[in-house]
Amino acid sequence: MGGIRTAGDLVLRMQLAKSMKIEQAKQYVADRLGVTSFELSDCSVMREIRQSLDIGYPMPDPGAAKGIEAKVNIARVLGLKINAVEQFKKKTGLK
Amino acid sequence: MDKIFTRMGDGSSIWISPDEVRFELNEGTLDAADRAKISPLGKEELQHLYEIIALPVNAVSIKRGQETVTSSDSGAFKINYQANISLDRATAIMVHEKVLAADSLDLGNIDYSYKSVKAILHDEAKVMENVQLCAIMPVLYGAMPNLGLYTRPDGPVENWSELLPLGKIKEARAAQEEAVELAVKDMVYIAAGMHAAGADGINFDTCGASGDADVLAALMAIREIKRKYPDLGVEMGMAGEFILGMHGNLELNNTRIAGLYPHHQAELAAAAGVNIFGPVINTNSNRSFPWNLARTVTFIKACCEASPVPVHANVGMGVGATPMTPVPPVDAVTRAAKALVELGKADGL
Repeated sequence: MGGIRTAGDLVLRMQLAKSMKIEQAKQYVADRLGVTSFELSDCSVMREIRQSLDIGYPMPDPGAAKGIEAKVNIARVLGLKINAVEQFKKKTGLK
Repeated sequence: MDKIFTRMGDGSSIWISPDEVRFELNEGTLDAADRAKISPLGKEELQHLYEIIALPVNAVSIKRGQETVTSSDSGAFKINYQANISLDRATAIMVHEKVLAADSLDLGNIDYSYKSVKAILHDEAKVMENVQLCAIMPVLYGAMPNLGLYTRPDGPVENWSELLPLGKIKEARAAQEEAVELAVKDMVYIAAGMHAAGADGINFDTCGASGDADVLAALMAIREIKRKYPDLGVEMGMAGEFILGMHGNLELNNTRIAGLYPHHQAELAAAAGVNIFGPVINTNSNRSFPWNLARTVTFIKACCEASPVPVHANVGMGVGATPMTPVPPVDAVTRAAKALVELGKADGL
């Protein structure tokens, strides 16, 4: 689907975490991001969305959230617990 | 009438008439329906498949809006160990994420079996920790149950492949049952380490390679992992379309494991706690690509209809209608992907 160029990583997260079939997972992500399900695979639309939400994108600008920073934002945007984020919080005393 | 370019299941190119393509498609779907006792593809679906095969272009793509996601098995060592480029696995994952636009990847050891990882979990966990700090996409830890590794002379239990030809059925079954217990313990132990390392999920790959006991071990481990770590994702990929009865009497939830086809495998996997199920349909290299494609789509369609969880159909060399060759032709791979999503209704590949 295009990974972090589009919304492929986010859709896969919903499948892996919540066993959502493809259409349900796409619709869930689209609703959380405020786009249509059709737009999730459009790298032009998704780059702007990902930049504004700071959830990671290829060839990032300086200062953009990367790696675990981006995942903290993804967890918030999707309303989802991400294991690495939870472990990070535990190890840094943020939880 | 012009002949159509397509391939055999071994990847070699052939030119056949439109009638021959239609004949192969029909034979392929009937073969799957007969074996698994499922419905064959209808007229319109076979026409759709014909059109995919007859397109006079090299690579094809799915209809806009039907894009789907991908997961992997042994994804983090395709670039380094297999393409033979000096690159560590953590960097390979970054290349997949930022350059190749992967939706997810799995990290795994070159000896891709849980038993082999047990002794080096402490080092594997550190790689996962680093990867989780840098990656944005989901990263799973993957390996195979590979029950055969538990047999003598390398493992602790009697070798059922040696016992069975001697007619020692009872002993062969006992050895498999013992191996299941050991494998479950190892897989749960590794999942615990990977959960602590921040993994997004665990990938059980090539389940059933050693028969029905191999599948039972994976399912029992998954059930226990889900009890301990309900938020940890689990993907289960199969070894073949049909589970061999090396034991023959093993059951889970009152379902006999030997002999199950993908649509029943998916139901059992979902009941054990699997989040994403990966069915395998074997490619017959002596038959044509159209025959293999129609057969694969028939199995996958039935599997997706029955499965309560998303289905990622395996598409690679020798499975999912892809020709059995180390360098699968792009014309065949893209046609398989298109057909599996548009007609098979796969949730991913």
